[in-house]
Amino acid sequence: MINAIWLFLIASGVVLAVFKGTMEEVSAAVLGSVSSSVELFLGLVGVMALWMGLMRIAEKSGLVGTISRGIRPVMHALFPAVPPNHPAMGAMVMNVTANMLGLGNAATPLGINAMKELQKLNPRPSVATNAMCTFLVINTSSVQLIPATVIGLRLAADSGNPTEIVGTALIATTVSTLAGIISVKALQRLY
Amino acid sequence: MFGLIQGLSSIAVPFIILFIVVHGYLNGVKVYEVFVEGAAEGIKTALKVLPYLVAMLLAIGIFRSSGAMEIFTAALRYPASVLGIPQEVIPLVLMRPLSGSGALGVVSEILKTYGPDSFAGRVASTMMGSTETIFYTIAVYFGAVGIKNTRHVLPAALIADLAGILASVAVCRIVFGYH
Repeated sequence: MINAIWLFLIASGVVLAVFKGTMEEVSAAVLGSVSSSVELFLGLVGVMALWMGLMRIAEKSGLVGTISRGIRPVMHALFPAVPPNHPAMGAMVMNVTANMLGLGNAATPLGINAMKELQKLNPRPSVATNAMCTFLVINTSSVQLIPATVIGLRLAADSGNPTEIVGTALIATTVSTLAGIISVKALQRLY
Repeated sequence: MFGLIQGLSSIAVPFIILFIVVHGYLNGVKVYEVFVEGAAEGIKTALKVLPYLVAMLLAIGIFRSSGAMEIFTAALRYPASVLGIPQEVIPLVLMRPLSGSGALGVVSEILKTYGPDSFAGRVASTMMGSTETIFYTIAVYFGAVGIKNTRHVLPAALIADLAGILASVAVCRIVFGYH
């Protein structure tokens, strides 16, 4: 599916550019996107090094284990195939915690770390496991408690009440996360 | 309220670092060596992610710059009105799963054009705070471990995204009044 969507984005873009006369913009975007991916990568290298270094300390000191013990029943229900004491559990808990707190910088490295741990349990290394899919859907459905960036934008746009959307966003994000978990569990038999 | 939130998130990171390092030291971890070991691993992983970043940003860049967005916005007008989604937020619905920075741009555009306290402004803000960038996350997370077959992740993530969009509209209607 990801192949089809990738192809679709490129093909529809180029074909439309012919008709709309936006080929120059598209050419510029090609070069621009390549250099911005390197910029993004440079940003990522630093924070990846930082958070994976810290995670290594937190794992060895037993901190990760302590934090994840509290929500073990929930984790076990979501990821039945992952042994409760496996490092993947701790890594996933750390990622979700960082996401909830809105620490986007920390969440990505911690999430990648969790994927690497999950990959150690994968019998077919190029095919995603159920646990990986569930973990990813939880990530893409957003579990952030306070959307600080949006509040900032609203503040900048002179809103009478920039934080009034905290509650609505929290409800909406809960709905989307629940829908994600239900559909990922329902679909896993079909793929 | 916002000052408090901002203040909290700016002090959170240094304190988390301090706490992890002190906790590690007290538990007999060779904090410096272990940190460097993990950091080295982090750099290797980031390098693995780069080709996926290039592929994703390339496709999204071509799509956005071609003006395809406008055509798909027009195409979605009818289904959106059936689902009760305000016309003004359709560009955000399209952009949100593709690009985080792109979506941020669309939200500030909506806030500027219709006002942050308009119905569209509130729905857009709620949506931005309750959905995530799907394609980028999938590409980066699976790229880092070399997964080629992503199975049911994309359909499930898109269902969650749609649920988040519909919930945003419904909750804003209930909380801020019918429009």
